[in-house]
Formats: sequence, structure tokens, C-alpha cells
Amino acid sequence: MSGPRPPGADEIFWAAAAEGRLLLSRCTPCATVIWYPRPFCPDCGGRDITRFTASGEATVYSYTVVRKARGEYRDLTPYVVAYVELAEGPRILTNIIECDPADVHIGQPVTLLFDPPEDTAPEADDNVRARLYRFRPRL
Amino acid sequence: MTVRGAAFVVGAWEHPRRDIPDLSVAEIHAEAAFGALADAGLSPADVDAYFCDSDAPGVGPLSMAEYLGLSCRYLDTTETGGASYPSHVGHAVAAIATGKCRVALCVMGGRPRSLRRASGPDLSGAPETPYETRWGITDTVHNYALAAMRHMHEFGTTGRQLAEIKVAASLHAQHNPNAFLRTPVTVEDVVSSPMISDPLHRLDCCVMTDGGGAVVVAAAEVARRLPRRSVAILGHGEAAKGTANGRPDLIHTAAVQSGPAAFAEAGVTPADIDYASIYDSFTITALMALEDLGFCEKGEGGRFVQDGALVAPHGRLPMNTDGGGLCNNQPDNRGGMVRMIEAVRQLRGEAAPEVQVPDCRLAVVHGSGGRLATRGSAATLILGREDA
Repeated sequence: MSGPRPPGADEIFWAAAAEGRLLLSRCTPCATVIWYPRPFCPDCGGRDITRFTASGEATVYSYTVVRKARGEYRDLTPYVVAYVELAEGPRILTNIIECDPADVHIGQPVTLLFDPPEDTAPEADDNVRARLYRFRPRL
Repeated sequence: MTVRGAAFVVGAWEHPRRDIPDLSVAEIHAEAAFGALADAGLSPADVDAYFCDSDAPGVGPLSMAEYLGLSCRYLDTTETGGASYPSHVGHAVAAIATGKCRVALCVMGGRPRSLRRASGPDLSGAPETPYETRWGITDTVHNYALAAMRHMHEFGTTGRQLAEIKVAASLHAQHNPNAFLRTPVTVEDVVSSPMISDPLHRLDCCVMTDGGGAVVVAAAEVARRLPRRSVAILGHGEAAKGTANGRPDLIHTAAVQSGPAAFAEAGVTPADIDYASIYDSFTITALMALEDLGFCEKGEGGRFVQDGALVAPHGRLPMNTDGGGLCNNQPDNRGGMVRMIEAVRQLRGEAAPEVQVPDCRLAVVHGSGGRLATRGSAATLILGREDA
């Protein structure tokens, strides 16, 4: 007997993203905040996971100004790709937007936004028009 | 248990061409395989083990061993990008030491230049892919740049220091008639080349070439009856490093594990090494490997590579005397095999005379794969002159 498959960790994450929420997972037994999403804790192997919405506060851990790119990003240079360290712990890959790339620096406080603002789920891994979590300098 | 003395590299062959539109990938593998066997003085009938990774067409050793007419009792398809090939050699030694095989043929080759396409495993189904590819990391250099930027932030490493690695490679490549880029460059040339992904310039990046190579690893009793000078495999280590559940540090590589394991097995230290072949996909790749292998303290890499330290024959640590990935070649976008072959040349005394390290007894070979700022592999070998 097979009914509808319950949503997996990726589907739950991206459904929340489509609603404008960056969803994190915490391992209940060991309290580790897990990144990237998966249905178990890579630190302790526990499968008891609770989900919560990230605060959206982060700092730039490292970044690069991309000046030559391919595909749908080719005409968008220069743009900033960064690792930001979330207030909750994980360092995640993202873009820093709404600023001059020359103003980005390591340690800079940044805030989450979803861009573009329309509610569209990403259709392909390299779809530049997908609605994604990105960050801007904290005002 | 140590594998020291169990097996030797008895043959090696590097494809001389850098743009090969007229051969299939299988044909390039065949030229490399037969080239290495001829160099060893062995025939296909002597081979009983085959090692290859995802750059082999078809179902790896199933397709290729049949194509080459080999009968094998041991197969290994370890796939760790540019680290695969030093890993293959380490695995071949272990298999030989335990009697699983006697003559292992390790082959790679590819045509990213003439086919004008990326190579490597299909990552579309990888669990990390949706969380890493959507923000415009469209080229490998964008990922490595994130690590380089953090290294500069933590340790004050400069673009001019990174440039020294390219300068040394170019000084070596002028003596390699097969190298893709043979014109020496200066630090100024590197830092004034176009910025591709801050802080990495165009000349911080390796070349993209077709090509291939192969080595033959054989049991000690086989090596003894061959006329050719062989190379002792003294130590091997390998490791993988990932994003650590979202806490990557960006300044260490998996070489912090593979290096000490290889040195310990060989019973030597970095100070004993006469020559280094270190895969240099980008300048920062080699710099971080030098630190993690223990040639200098973490963060001191920038200072270590200054003042011609890497330039053969008389630098403190002559490195990549074939010109490396930065100038010589980068078959199938992975450099572990061709860098290893140059170490074999150095230990046989067969490098280009201008760059041959005098009395070269001990060499380190280091391959890395994957991506520096996310997940990467490392494989380290300590090789010695036949009498080491």
C-alpha cells in the first residue's frame, strides 16, 4: 500500500523558502543546528529533528566578487557570493545584494531577505530568477 | 603494518599533447596505458590490476580493461577528483602487499579543452547541490576564491605572495617543450591580469588542457627484474574534508590528515623532502597544501613561497618542475596523475636538465580534488629513489 510520500527535508525547506522563511533544523537530543537540511543529525546520527525559522541575522564569514561567470549569471557580474555565519551557527552560501560589491567585507553584519520578492519556487539549480534567501548589509 | 618496500612505480608516461581533438577519450587512455607499460618494460599480459576513476569512459575498468585486452583480478575506481590518482597508487601498494595483485596499471585522461565542456561526476543529484549552486558559483574558481579571501583575512596573505607560485611554475615550464604555457611571467604580470573572482586573478588559475597519463605499480620482485630505474613508494595517506555540518573553516584542507599519515608511514618529515609535486588547480590550492603538509606553519604559506623558494633546482623546496597545472597541463581538469609523473622523473634523474634537483632522493606527491571552500579530498604519497 503506497499513499502520497511525506515531504522530505528538501521539500519542507524549499516550501518554507517560497513563503519567505529560512527554515533551520535542530537535533533534539544534541541541540546542534543542522546545515544543510537532512532528516538526521550529522553530528550524532539522531533522527529527532525540530524545525524553526532563522532570525535572519548573520555576519560575512568570507566572500568573493565574481567578475566572470557563466550561464544565467554571466550578464550579472560583478556580484557577491558569500559564506555568511548565521546567528544560529551555520555558515551558509548566499549572495550579498543591495550594496556596492566594494563595500562588502569579512565580519560585516548582514540581514536576510528573499529575492526576488515574488513567490516563485526555484525550478532549476542554476535558475538565477529563482526566489532565494540572500543577504544585504544591516542598516 | 607498513607498505614500505612492498611496491615500486616501475613505469610512467605523460601524454605529450595538450589539445587532442582527433582521439577519443578511450584512445587517450590507451596511449597512456601502453606508454607506461612500454616505459616499464612490461606488456599488457603482465597486468593483473586496473585503477581508474570517473574520467574513464563507460563502466570504468569493465569497459577499459576489456578495451585494452587486460585480464585483471583486482579493480579500484576510487573517485576523489584530482586526488584519485595518488590514492590509486596507495591502494595498489596495499593490494600488492597483501597478495591481491602484482602489477597494477593506473590510468587517466580526458579532453575538456577540445570537447569544450566541464568534466567530473554529475552533481545534480548530490544532497548538497541545492544549497550551493544557486547563488552564482558557476565556475570552480568562485569557490576557491572564498577560501583564498578567508586565508588573506586571517593571515595577511597577499596576491603577490600567491603570484610567486605561478611565477615558479612558469620558470619551470619554459624548459618543458610540451607545456601549454611556456613563457615566464612575473609577479606583476599575475597581479595585473584580470580579476576573475576576488582575490584570484586569471593567472592564479590553472590551464585547461586535454591529455592523460599512467603509471605502473609493481611488486618488489617484479621491479627487481626490470631494467628500468624504479621509484619506491614509501608512504601514503588520504582523507576527505567537508563543510562540517555548516561549520567549514575554509583555511584547512584534508591534507592535514593525509600528509601526516603519509610522512609517518614513510618515517620521514617535510624537512627531508627534496622535491614536491603538489597539485595546483589554483595558486591558493598549492599554498594551503604546503601549509597543511607541514612545510611551514599554518598561515605562513605566503611568506614560505617568497624569494624563489619553489624554483628548481636550488630553491628551498623545488615544486612542480614540469610547470604544474598552472602552466603545463590539467588533463580532464584534474592534476594528480601528471604531477605524480614529474615526481617519478625527478627521482629517476630524468627531469629537464635545467630543473633536475641534484641528488633528488625523496619527493612528496600531493593531489587534491573537489572544491576548497566546500568539500575536498587529499591524497599524499612519499616517493623515494630506488635505493631510498
